[in-house]
Amino acid sequence: MRIKLEKRPAPSTFMLIATPIASVLLTMLIGMLVFDAIGIDGQRAVVDIFLTPILASYKWQDVAVKAAPLIIIALGLSIGNRAQIWNIGAEGQYVIGALCAAGVGIAAGPDAPAITLIPMILAGIIGGAAWAAIPALLKIRWDVNENLTTLMLTYVSFQVLGYLVGGPWKDTNGRNFPATAPLPEQLTLPILFQGSTVHLGVAIALILPFIFWLIMSKSVFGFQIRVVGSAPHAARHGGFDAKQTIWAALLIGGGMAGLAGALEFTGSLKAVNLGFPSGYGFTAIIVAFLGRLNPIGCLIAGIVLAITYVGGQVAQTTVHIPNSTAGIFQAMMLFFILASDILIRYRVRFIPTKPAIADKKEARV
Amino acid sequence: MSPEFIIASIVTIIGLTTPILLAGLGELVTEKSGVLNLGVEGMMLMGAICGFAATAFTFNPWLGVIGAAAGGALSSMLFAILVLQLNSNQVATGLALSIFGTGLSSLIGQSFTGRIVPQFGSIFPDVLAKDPIWKLLFGYSPLVYFALIMVPLTAWFLKSTRAGLILRAVGENDHSAHSIGYSVTGVRYAAIAFGGAMAGIGGAYFSMVITPMWAERMTAGRGWIALALVVFAGWRTGRLLAGAYFFGFLMWLELFAKANGFGNTMPFLQAIPSQFWAAMPYIMTVVALTLISSRGNVGASAPACLGKPFLPST
Amino acid sequence: MTTLNRRSLMKAVGAAATLSLVGTTAHAADKVKIGFIFLGPIGDYGWTWAHNKGREAIDAALGDKVETIYVENVLEDASAIPVIRDLAQQGCKLIFTTSYGFMDQTLTVAAEFPDVKFEHCTGFKRADNVSTYNSKFHEGRAVLGTIAGKMSKSGTLGYLGSYKVPEVVLGVNAFALAAQKQNPAATVKLVLIDSWFDPPKEAAATETLINLGCDIVTTHTDSPGPLQILEQKGLYGFGQGADMSAFAPTAHLTAIEDIWGPYYVARAQALVDGTWTSADTWDGMKEGTVVIAPYNPAIPADVVALADEIKAGYVAGTYDIFTGPIFDQDGVEKVKAGEVMGLEQLATIDWFVKGVESAS
Repeated sequence: MRIKLEKRPAPSTFMLIATPIASVLLTMLIGMLVFDAIGIDGQRAVVDIFLTPILASYKWQDVAVKAAPLIIIALGLSIGNRAQIWNIGAEGQYVIGALCAAGVGIAAGPDAPAITLIPMILAGIIGGAAWAAIPALLKIRWDVNENLTTLMLTYVSFQVLGYLVGGPWKDTNGRNFPATAPLPEQLTLPILFQGSTVHLGVAIALILPFIFWLIMSKSVFGFQIRVVGSAPHAARHGGFDAKQTIWAALLIGGGMAGLAGALEFTGSLKAVNLGFPSGYGFTAIIVAFLGRLNPIGCLIAGIVLAITYVGGQVAQTTVHIPNSTAGIFQAMMLFFILASDILIRYRVRFIPTKPAIADKKEARV
Repeated sequence: MSPEFIIASIVTIIGLTTPILLAGLGELVTEKSGVLNLGVEGMMLMGAICGFAATAFTFNPWLGVIGAAAGGALSSMLFAILVLQLNSNQVATGLALSIFGTGLSSLIGQSFTGRIVPQFGSIFPDVLAKDPIWKLLFGYSPLVYFALIMVPLTAWFLKSTRAGLILRAVGENDHSAHSIGYSVTGVRYAAIAFGGAMAGIGGAYFSMVITPMWAERMTAGRGWIALALVVFAGWRTGRLLAGAYFFGFLMWLELFAKANGFGNTMPFLQAIPSQFWAAMPYIMTVVALTLISSRGNVGASAPACLGKPFLPST
Repeated sequence: MTTLNRRSLMKAVGAAATLSLVGTTAHAADKVKIGFIFLGPIGDYGWTWAHNKGREAIDAALGDKVETIYVENVLEDASAIPVIRDLAQQGCKLIFTTSYGFMDQTLTVAAEFPDVKFEHCTGFKRADNVSTYNSKFHEGRAVLGTIAGKMSKSGTLGYLGSYKVPEVVLGVNAFALAAQKQNPAATVKLVLIDSWFDPPKEAAATETLINLGCDIVTTHTDSPGPLQILEQKGLYGFGQGADMSAFAPTAHLTAIEDIWGPYYVARAQALVDGTWTSADTWDGMKEGTVVIAPYNPAIPADVVALADEIKAGYVAGTYDIFTGPIFDQDGVEKVKAGEVMGLEQLATIDWFVKGVESAS
């Protein structure tokens, strides 16, 4: 028996939707088996990581707050990925966005009116976009590989963060701990439900996917992005400007990451310290892929990834696995989704082995 | 600055450099075959824990290094199967490998925190290894010499052997390499495995040489510096060595500045925030990549097929 | 989602989650739950290891009345909030958050759970249900400084720290002042690496200090990495938080051991008795929270005698290293001769004493 792949005439919609779901289920199953194999109660770990955050209503607010930045960043990244622009530096743009928002907040002073929140968040968007503009400029001007430059600039941003919170922006009442002063009450995002931690950023994260969906499916811009990504030659003939697409892809990606950083800062953290970069920018890449680069898909995938984060913390107390173990599950989901990509474009055929000299080119798979 | 201080500092820099040199050499070979593996950090951590665990079980650091290489290579195979068999996106798969390796190493490492394992002895007699002058040549861990030997070996392999020629051909033009009958996939499997093994040994340098113990995420982002190093070096072995020492020098400079090393003699340098030195390797890499991309005549260029999936036209 | 108590929660939670959340309490329904948030792994042989010993002391002393649970490797950022909240939601009535960086997170969660008591280690912000507690580690540093000042041949001592927070500043100053009492020319080179736990960076920073002429290096970060470097170089150092001699049998002169057990047991007992009130506790050698580990035989007998003298002075309450005259780095007199620095001064200190060489 031999396995052969046959190209489908059109990408399979069924597979497009079925594979992410299958990836999550397969991750749970394999995770359970692997954990059992190394002597950890696998069933308990998987239940805690994937189900407890859904079943325990008091965990919902944590899931919502975690999901918000993941969804917002992933929305921006999916536009880039659709246009075949690989921005893997969202983490850096997220940090710079938060720093810009913090900068405006500090400049406005502790007695600034609540309206200052608007320029703070705008500064976050602009800051994130500006940080992403560097790779965009280099890519357009000299064709510099954007996935390497965005990644490198992420590590530069961490040092910018370290310098600002440990130096000029250090809280004067913080006993020299490297962190900015906590935001005054009126400059923090409004809370949606009294007594919870669900802030306005969560609402933004719920609304944005639909706006993005409208733009991507109904506007010329959305059409352009899709064409440039799937058929660059056709795009050139159609008169779409490749440079314009690069700018759009990276600036939107950076702006969204910056927005997420500003919202996380004003809504959740209320101060910036060295622990601010917590990997959302990287996890959002998983979200974008799991969501199939579709805005609504990103919304769902963002919630799934947030569940694994929250569940990972639950498992930390119950089965005593390290916090980073949640990363194993997140990475497995991405592995499976990437592995199953091929099923969208190809059909798997099982062919009885022929004794003839096998065609080498096909024997690859 | 006394000669003793300079020699001691060089020894420190060489220690800081070795893990990124090892991982960088491996990644260089992988990238030369046309594959961009961003999973270096994860593979280093897998190497660090596997090396430590293997030493803990066998009480032999040499077997530990083999365990580290195996741990790194095995984890790289996860990546290889996905990108080579299933043509998955290399950037995303590599990132997933980094996240995966970080998580899995923490999980495996849980039972190894706080344990103590046998260490490499010095391969030279103490008279030389501990001498304030001669330690410059003889005072290192065996892994340092291994890394230094691997530099010319890798250069020779890539430049002068038939296998190296094929590997580069696969990275520069996979379709023509395929049409003359070379197995693009086979070559890339080997290159990825080599990259994984070297990253694993680089990781083991943390858990077995610098601080012989296991701690979660103990490579502290050095895998990303190794990635930067390959780009900074313009995919050239000789420049990789020089670049590694330059990056090591910058890491040392950060700590030197933190220790007020410039304070008494060069206050203007002391005024520069230490974060500037820490950011330098990444800034320099962006600059170097821009130079390489903008002009073909700097004697370096990225392998033409880097990061692109190979789809034979059947 | 507003006020959450365990009973309403039980109804909402499905069978699977109930299993996972209540599994540990099913057989211990009457026991009071006490939770711990740890910064590092309990196997770090330093800071967290010592706090976990304190947790075990509660189990040993009050095991029939209380039950303890813990979370390791909690990051000092916003992600700590849901972790702390999780312990409260799991029914903990007393929660110890054992690192400075959990300060605001602890207060945030404490405001949501007014009937749960919190104990934040090394912080300075309190509430009706949030106590703070700390230990006078600097008293131990005075002992280490005495040994280092006497044993150092170069007179140049190294100090590896995390941040310029009062705890570290006090440690540096106590170490330097004590060393200068033995060797007036002694200087202390300081490196702050902006992290509590980063073994390769700690190691490289230790090497840098050695290269700059330090022959004894003491650490105020949490891994045994620096001691391993000192062991390789044949030099001396001290353990931090716990006895680290297993990692560096010859280099390890002694260590400051953090003993949290007595305090933890007392607070747990107060909770059980219903006498818990918000307080600020700052114990030291006298109360037994700071203990000096067994001495390395390499320390000469006369040095041991000097060290023991300081120890005895602190235990008896007759000695204080922060007795004037004390000058700062620029030679300005900060404490007049005969005066002793007060607790408030110590708690907010941000200047180094004369003889400390630091980057800022």
